[in-house]
Amino acid sequence: MERIYLDHAATTPTDPRVVEAMLPYFTEVFGNPSSIYKEGRAGKKAIDESREKVARLLGAADFREIIFTGSGSEADNLAISGVAWANRAKGNHIITSSIEHHAVLDTCKHLEKHGFTVTYLPVDEYGLVAPEAVREAITDRTILVSLMHANNEVGTVQPIAEISKIVHEKGVLFHTDAVQTVGSIPLHLQELGVDLLSLSAHKFYGPKGVGALYVKKGTRLCKLIHGGAQERQLRAGTENVAGIVGLAKALELATARLEENCSRLVELRDYFINELMSRIDRVKLNGHPTKRLPGNVNVSFEFVEGESILLNLDLKGIAASSGSACTSGSLDPSHVLLAMGLSHEVAHGSVRLSIGRENTKTQLDYVLGVLEETVARLREMSPLYQVQASKEGKECLTCTPKR
Amino acid sequence: MYTEAVMDHFSNPRNVGEINDADGVGEAGNPVCGDIMRIYVKIEDQRIVDIKFKTFGCGAAIATSSILTEMVKGKTIAEAEKITNRAVAEALGGLPPHKMHCSNLAADALHKALDAYKHRHLQCTAGETGSSSAIG
Repeated sequence: MERIYLDHAATTPTDPRVVEAMLPYFTEVFGNPSSIYKEGRAGKKAIDESREKVARLLGAADFREIIFTGSGSEADNLAISGVAWANRAKGNHIITSSIEHHAVLDTCKHLEKHGFTVTYLPVDEYGLVAPEAVREAITDRTILVSLMHANNEVGTVQPIAEISKIVHEKGVLFHTDAVQTVGSIPLHLQELGVDLLSLSAHKFYGPKGVGALYVKKGTRLCKLIHGGAQERQLRAGTENVAGIVGLAKALELATARLEENCSRLVELRDYFINELMSRIDRVKLNGHPTKRLPGNVNVSFEFVEGESILLNLDLKGIAASSGSACTSGSLDPSHVLLAMGLSHEVAHGSVRLSIGRENTKTQLDYVLGVLEETVARLREMSPLYQVQASKEGKECLTCTPKR
Repeated sequence: MYTEAVMDHFSNPRNVGEINDADGVGEAGNPVCGDIMRIYVKIEDQRIVDIKFKTFGCGAAIATSSILTEMVKGKTIAEAEKITNRAVAEALGGLPPHKMHCSNLAADALHKALDAYKHRHLQCTAGETGSSSAIG
């Protein structure tokens, strides 16, 4: 059976051209970049060139502003903990939002145990943070604001440039987790105006295990990993040369056809959402209708549970994900959907399909048919749908589905 | 993460539906937690002659409901009352650890259905009519 991969927000397949660019750095050019002899210098050169390429593609002022890390999560940790500890004498207050990735949320929670205070800003029903709420939350103890560029679950894109102006007016540092946007939507560091930005290679057809943090010149950071002078003393450890080369190559390829890929994905996304809404009743689009990632579809099917939809899709050859508690490994459904005001029941019925560059309209038509069939079958089995169908019925449930 | 038996019962669930003139109906779980199961039983001579279920929930919730109906169909009330959630999970070759407490409630729903039947049966023998529902 042909597999249809619709989980590009989780990870993407590595572009074969990226793999090709990486291969020599496992074998021929294996030297340690810190070594002074020829083999080492060749590795160092590859890293330097990659750093320059990434800096140029993102619009950084200087190539030294790019720090390679082991992942997007590590970049988030380094940005937040790094700024927090470097500015401890200045203040102890951090502002973030309630819908951040756990790499940000858990880092903030960890810092709370060490004397920092954190404000978790709410979002509206579309997942947007109000720029004015950021202004109001800033105190004279605030040292950092960290807000994601686009949300990984619902795809809502925040007005980062606007918020960045407010944060800088107050003289506070601003970090954005751009893991979902780098390589997906046009992005320029000077326009965003942030001080720190996290990215991850495997989200834009690069390899897993490598990310980067943009650190604006003059921004002080404390390191997390000790034991070497690599990455301007900010990240010890022998560099993942092949990974770094792959990251730069993938970003180059993604940027080359960005506008074109973007508009194609937006077209496919909107076609899919519109078809879904017209074919299946009681479906809710989660996230903002237009301020959203080009490939992101996140919907809740009322009266059914997300994991059971995913299992059915998998049996029919389709890979997708869900914000249901069953797929999160916890008892609660997605913190993002709950923060947006969805009831637990509706959040349990959420499914995220993230479209990528290899997906076609024909594939999406097949997925629409499978979803229609699956949701109908599961609703037939659902006691919640039964109650709804009998117009609230005579029976009293502990909880009634949210309308 | 799921056994073949789970996937079999999930893909082809047995005894899905309702029994309009059920002798007992029982419900367990809560939609807020993401799982709710309703079991309908038809009893003749203290024996479960028919059983149906409706479930909102994950793969484990659907599979446990389905296999439970197979396990107790034809059994006496006394035999069915001895079936535990753990026995249901074992019949499926096990469940992932985090599913054991949240999605493994089918036996609870069955016991509630049987309690509802017994409650009604007692009332009827006392010459009264009562509700058969144990939905709370």
